[in-house]
Amino acid sequence: MDIITTLINGLSMGGVYAMIALGYTMVYGIAKMLNFAHGDIIMVGGYTILVFMNFSGMPLLAIAMAVICCVILGIVIEKVAYKPLRGASPLAVLITTIGVSYFLQSLAQIIFGSAPKMVNIVDLGLLQIGSLKIQMYTVLTLICTIIVMTILTLFVKYTQTGRAMIAVSEDRNAAQLMGINVNKIITITFAIGSALAALAGLFYLLKSPSISNTFGSSPGIKAFTAAVIGGIGSIPGAMLGGILLGLVENIVAKIPVLSPYVDAIEFSILIIILLVKPSGFLGKKRREKV
Amino acid sequence: MADYLMETKDLGISFGGLKAVQALNLSIKKNQLYGLVGPNGAGKTTVFNMLTGVYKPTFGNFYLDGENLTGKNQETINRKGIARTFQNIRLFNNMTVIRNVMVGLSSRPEYKCSILTSVLRLPHHFRIEREMREKAKELLRIFDLEDDRNNLSCNLPYGKQRKLEIARAMATNPKLLLLDEPAAGMNPNETTELMNTIRLIRDKFDMTILLIEHDMKFVSGLCDELTVLNFGTVLAQGETRQVLNDPNVIKAYIGE
Amino acid sequence: MVINNQRSRLSRIKWNHFANYIVIALSTTLFSILSFSGNLKISTIYLLEKISISILLALSLSLVVGFLGELSLGHAGFMCVGAYLGGKTAALLEPILGNGILTFIIAIAVGGAVAAVCGFVIGLPALRLKGDYLAIVTLAFGEIVKSIFQNTSADTFGGALGLKTPRYNREYLFIYAFIIVIVALAVIQNLMRSKHGRAITAIRDNEIAACATGINVTKYKLIVFLVSSLFAGIAGVLYSYSNFQVQSAKFGYNYSIEILVMVVLGGMGNINGSIIAATLITFLNLKLATVLTGDLAVLQNLLYSLLLILIVIYNNAPALSRVRGKYNLKSLIAKVKKPKVDPAIQNDDKAYWANIPTKIEMDEIISVDATPQDPYKADPPKKEK
Repeated sequence: MDIITTLINGLSMGGVYAMIALGYTMVYGIAKMLNFAHGDIIMVGGYTILVFMNFSGMPLLAIAMAVICCVILGIVIEKVAYKPLRGASPLAVLITTIGVSYFLQSLAQIIFGSAPKMVNIVDLGLLQIGSLKIQMYTVLTLICTIIVMTILTLFVKYTQTGRAMIAVSEDRNAAQLMGINVNKIITITFAIGSALAALAGLFYLLKSPSISNTFGSSPGIKAFTAAVIGGIGSIPGAMLGGILLGLVENIVAKIPVLSPYVDAIEFSILIIILLVKPSGFLGKKRREKV
Repeated sequence: MADYLMETKDLGISFGGLKAVQALNLSIKKNQLYGLVGPNGAGKTTVFNMLTGVYKPTFGNFYLDGENLTGKNQETINRKGIARTFQNIRLFNNMTVIRNVMVGLSSRPEYKCSILTSVLRLPHHFRIEREMREKAKELLRIFDLEDDRNNLSCNLPYGKQRKLEIARAMATNPKLLLLDEPAAGMNPNETTELMNTIRLIRDKFDMTILLIEHDMKFVSGLCDELTVLNFGTVLAQGETRQVLNDPNVIKAYIGE
Repeated sequence: MVINNQRSRLSRIKWNHFANYIVIALSTTLFSILSFSGNLKISTIYLLEKISISILLALSLSLVVGFLGELSLGHAGFMCVGAYLGGKTAALLEPILGNGILTFIIAIAVGGAVAAVCGFVIGLPALRLKGDYLAIVTLAFGEIVKSIFQNTSADTFGGALGLKTPRYNREYLFIYAFIIVIVALAVIQNLMRSKHGRAITAIRDNEIAACATGINVTKYKLIVFLVSSLFAGIAGVLYSYSNFQVQSAKFGYNYSIEILVMVVLGGMGNINGSIIAATLITFLNLKLATVLTGDLAVLQNLLYSLLLILIVIYNNAPALSRVRGKYNLKSLIAKVKKPKVDPAIQNDDKAYWANIPTKIEMDEIISVDATPQDPYKADPPKKEK
């Protein structure tokens, strides 16, 4: 029974990672940049929920506001910090995203202080099936993740915007020549990524209801690992990577000898995968033309 | 075998299932100007990439001066004596012109200088640096770039960038020089000047040159022998005039 | 006439080569005189130690980021290895050799060497991975190192409580530290101003061309990582001496970013810039820490992050290339100093656009270096004659 609980917890954690990893992977696929500030969008989402919960007490309103705020923030960041650097060296873009991440964290600390704050959104209680006890939020997270993933997959496959996104990620110049507004597609990508990050923030808060300015760093880095493991740039890859990472994390945490080294083990997996298969499980191999 | 500086024996490569180049047999004599022509996607640059070690050939072998260099890495092949330029110019953009050439010189055995010698600033380091600088200037003079030597290479006009790339390749002291579309993007004046430069290289350095080119006037005015590739296979091979009058070649280039 | 010009320029270059040593050596001498005559406050000595550590870190990171052009986000990890190993060595040797210069030198050697080995190991993936991917590996390395030291037992490396390391005579430590800084400066500067340095910058500018030009890319990448982590490790040992204790939590991602900020602010590939930026930031950090207390202390982080973003955008945005040409520090001080190559100017002003005829598609030229990870593309269409 314990194993089943661990697996379900792992799947649910993995779902959250997958959701964040999608943000990384879509931005990488379409804008060809690693967005280090993505984890901090989760933090902003968390704080927005905190503010609106204190303000109104209505969880659904708070969640909606978090999604809206994150989407706006994501778009603003893209327009202000990343757009001017389109076409510049990848190193410059990478450093800017790090700067933005640092900026958001510092700003949050100035506004909310460094002490962690408690956010009680809603108490979901326990789900009991026979002798199996599962936290209700785990199930909810799992269900929501599945819904979100399905919608996203359908969106990318069957809508015009989604297909335009694939086109831009395949070849930006050709897509532009075909009349696709690349800037608009990139903006939409950032918006979707940020919305997913806000949702991930919510699920994170359901699991551990305390938030500080570094709230997003750990899930951010881990989801990033997940995205790379699955193959950065690939949407199914991000889902796979996230779920794998969630499972590994929960299983390793159950083994007493290894449990303190959860982070080290996850990052070691990352390094090994990058060395053995740099493009991840489902990523495309890229090579420079000579 | 000894008659030829460069030989390829049934050289071929496939990407996945696609055979990009098949059964290529080139025999290039010393001091020859050899042309590799063909329509787009015929596999010309792929041949260059195999000969310089960027790609490992799937079939066949190639020999330089009788030595089998198949499957060696880029650096080794360069040291053994094959240097190249690129279709889309690849200079070290943040370096001055003279430094670009000095980078080319640095792998030559006569300018060997260990890292420790350089870090400790032993006299040998200064001597090597001085010699390299002199040699680089000499090369730049030949290519008529001496006055630009302290400019950033990215600030040179296009024609000079092409010449600098050739100068850098020559700096590695090759036996065989591969030029990938050297006249691409040049105006007629620059093209004529380039033809003269290439002849000059051949005569002055006793160099063997294999070049890819689209411009038929350029090829017919310059090359002694030609190989025409089409869809990765050899369409025609032989003396330039003969090849250019081959009905198959005319068909591939101009159509029925 | 031409020869004359050349000679006068050469003599100026030589002077430039030594200016930074002289400035550091003079200020070290000045401060050591003050220190021996008892005129230096403990807080100033502490500041000097911190500055020397920062300079060492910035110099070593600039080798990887500025000259080799690879992003390392785990520089604090190498420092962490050096701090723990060097600190532990010092703690073990203290009862045997006493707390003197000998112990110090051995600690420095051990910390530096182990960090260098780590750097070599991290350099190995650098041969296969580039850009973003390598940045991730270094980041993961930093986090792994932190996590491992955090979970050690109390009697080995102190675990979460941290490792206690010997105290050292405050009056001397900063002098040794600056001597090490000068040595590091000499090594890095001499390396970069030689054929090997040119090879390293060639790899940064165009790796494919560098390979084709016969440069041993493997060797140079490994050497850069080795030297860089060596000095980061030594900085770690100095840190352990300066703080009397080492706590792994200090060496996280944020510290790596702080070092990166110094390198970027100083101008990538600009050694003197890195030194100045490291000095300024460390100075400001400590000064601001006394002014801004509590949560306001973050204001400085806010400032750094803004500076980082603005400087990177200003230096790299393609749209601003014209503004950059007009208003830059280099053109202002050009009269005083010899105009130098500004490696921050990348990817713009590639040839004169007006001179390029139309046979080659513009996009192809633009995309050559702007996006090294471009997918494999077929030959662009060309007009046939």
